[in-house]
Amino acid sequence: MYFAVHLPLLLPLAAVPALRALAPHLAPHRAAWMLAGAAVLLAAISTLALLVLVAMGVSEVPLLAVLGHYTPGGLPGVPGTAPLTACAAVAALAVGLSRTVRRAALHSRGLSDALSYGRGLADDRELVVLPDRSPLAYALPGRPGRIVVSSGMLHALDPAERRALLAHERAHLAGHHHVLLIAAELAAAANPLLHRLLPVLSYAVERSADEAAAAEVGDRTKAAHAVARAALAAHAGGGPHPAALHAGTGPVPQRVAALLAPPPARMPNTHTSRAVAVVVAGLLALGIGACVESVVDLHSAVETAQAAYGESD
Amino acid sequence: MARDGSDDPASRRGRGELESEVLGALWAAGGPLTPGEVQRRISGDPAYSTVVTALSRLFEKGTLTRVRSGRAYAYAPVADEPGLAARRMRQLLDAEADRHIVLARFVSDLSDDDEQALLRLLGEHPRAD
Repeated sequence: MYFAVHLPLLLPLAAVPALRALAPHLAPHRAAWMLAGAAVLLAAISTLALLVLVAMGVSEVPLLAVLGHYTPGGLPGVPGTAPLTACAAVAALAVGLSRTVRRAALHSRGLSDALSYGRGLADDRELVVLPDRSPLAYALPGRPGRIVVSSGMLHALDPAERRALLAHERAHLAGHHHVLLIAAELAAAANPLLHRLLPVLSYAVERSADEAAAAEVGDRTKAAHAVARAALAAHAGGGPHPAALHAGTGPVPQRVAALLAPPPARMPNTHTSRAVAVVVAGLLALGIGACVESVVDLHSAVETAQAAYGESD
Repeated sequence: MARDGSDDPASRRGRGELESEVLGALWAAGGPLTPGEVQRRISGDPAYSTVVTALSRLFEKGTLTRVRSGRAYAYAPVADEPGLAARRMRQLLDAEADRHIVLARFVSDLSDDDEQALLRLLGEHPRAD
């Protein structure tokens, strides 16, 4: 069953579209957890599958057979891995791991900058105002987490909108959304096939915070206005941004439209979304199963080979 | 009934949350405000006494200054992030886009299509007030 080892590598091709299709049918905070969890799981099993492929290739090296106390010429029952496959697996593993380590270093620098900024503040107040006319609002993780807003942003909003903005940022901090985003981003660094999950996750995280804001102000239209007016103010205030030049409708109008629509809890749980959920769960289970099986098979092949080597001595 | 910010019947808002809104209202106003004026600039009709308590607490922490205005005090925010701290925050925000994943931003950048879509949505759903 050594073809099983290839399955975790190809799984994202099916699982990523299924996850993207399922996310809009879930409550935003559930969607966020599902997407981040699935990204980490898929990255872990594809990395493990690459390790197994590398081990299968390496097992054919005669010197290792001597050192590992098994008969040279490969493991019994393990199909000979083409040198090209083994080399490709080594390369993919090295690239994935080095990308992940680099991204992890970048994020930990970002987090430690955020923490040291938080420690540099005189007290434990939640809201930190930057005297800056350009409209900005951020949630800054730390102990305690801070909400950093420019005076320009506070000027641009009315009382209910300010309350919605604070509740939105508070929800990011309380939900540890930066942890979900970093985890998924590292997973995508390890396996580029997962990259298309990131925009869906970031949208789910924003929607989750928007719903918290709507619940806090008790008025979905007001929360929608807060998001829209903040975005328009930032658009007018900031200079042209390269990322803003893309065509089509981006996440902010979608968030506003979602807030103007009925709350997600009242959305019908359709047959389609249940079917997609079953498919997603099935694919992930299949991936885990394939991974476990190939590891177990490889392990028992090594033991058999060692036993045979011992007898032939 | 509402003697304390943590027991505000108008909302389930905690003390720290109300203090954030008071501070936000003062920064938005751009000039000193009396407790009554602050109360009108906070959503959810907080009790007057709750607002006074939050203002006094922020004043004691050094977050606000106050001046006599008739029989009451008028409060204004202390520009407490000049110099180093604000510069460091700006550097953090301006760091490469990658790093922004740590800092969840309220709104991402808009395309021109986005702007048109937002203006249309706002036009279709005007605010109640």
